[in-house]
Amino acid sequence: MSDLRTIKITVLRYRPEEEDAPTEQTYEVEFRDDWVVLDALNHIKDHIDGTLSFRWSCRMGVCGSCGMMVNGEPKLTCAAMLRDYYPNEVRVEPLVNFPIVRDLVIDMTDFMDKLKAVKPWIIREEEKPVSEGEYLQTPDQLKDYKQFSQCINCMLCYAACPVYGLEHDFVGPAAIALGHRYNLDSRDEGNQQRQHVIASKEGIWECTYVGECSVVCPKHVDPAEAIQQTKVATTTNRFKSLVMPWGNKK
Amino acid sequence: MNYKEHKSEPFWWGMFSQGGVIAALLIPIHIFLGGIAVHLGLIDAELMSHERLTDLLQNPLVKLYLCVLLIFPLYHAAHRIRFTLAEIGLHSLAKILPVLCYGGALLGTAVVLYILWILL
Repeated sequence: MSDLRTIKITVLRYRPEEEDAPTEQTYEVEFRDDWVVLDALNHIKDHIDGTLSFRWSCRMGVCGSCGMMVNGEPKLTCAAMLRDYYPNEVRVEPLVNFPIVRDLVIDMTDFMDKLKAVKPWIIREEEKPVSEGEYLQTPDQLKDYKQFSQCINCMLCYAACPVYGLEHDFVGPAAIALGHRYNLDSRDEGNQQRQHVIASKEGIWECTYVGECSVVCPKHVDPAEAIQQTKVATTTNRFKSLVMPWGNKK
Repeated sequence: MNYKEHKSEPFWWGMFSQGGVIAALLIPIHIFLGGIAVHLGLIDAELMSHERLTDLLQNPLVKLYLCVLLIFPLYHAAHRIRFTLAEIGLHSLAKILPVLCYGGALLGTAVVLYILWILL
């Protein structure tokens, strides 16, 4: 093939049974013009070094598994074209702000716990029987939350967030954006059940609106906007409840 | 993790947010009028003379406007300074920082009220 070029890929390696601290390893990979960083990693695993560990699944920006640091930036490796880095070397590291399990695989337990805490599902005070049909929604009602529903839980926003880097208790961009997504859903009645998490000290108030979460988000969810909207709504409700304590607190 | 809704934070954030709007929209106008326009001869210096401005201050509406102009940005600054200090490494002071920062803003509020409503 005449369009093959060779690029250097330096990968962070960490094999806890062999070494105490992460090291790095450089591979030379022949790539085609349409290859992404994930293709290079799969090439290394299949043809050069089968011991390299990393997560991936769909290869098309839907599953959210292949998020890694590429030259210091949180990226979906299935969407990072090698040709954009060539002739420079590419450094691939696991997402920062998370513990490393092995090589490029991070421990996502903290994120999963936080995601569960915001109850990202439709909550009804009372479920109507199936015989009564679906919960209908107008296109306008769908538009209210659609953007925030695009999150694929790739955790790039947690790697980009300097606040999460400093304060590991911070509920974080994706979890808050997803809680906000359900709060905005006309079929949902779970706002009160999420409020104590989202409006806690560790929730929206920890965010200083740096905005990097929205910059790196591959699905344009704009978690910073979700947090900002929630701050405004929570503040407005708080002032309302002070001025009109008899008002409906819902 | 046991989460609890934070009851006072919306108040401080609300003041921060309002203060930010005022600091961004109104203060530049004052800087332009008093600091630039007069010196460039765009407006008559007489309009900004000490006597005229002192006379204006007799109007309670002007005093009220100055209260809003001067007080809200204090809370904006307090909130920013609080988070900046925590993030540059004074995290161990996280409990005392709000007291110092918002305390400073409250003190500033008292000073503004004292000057505008008692001294002038």
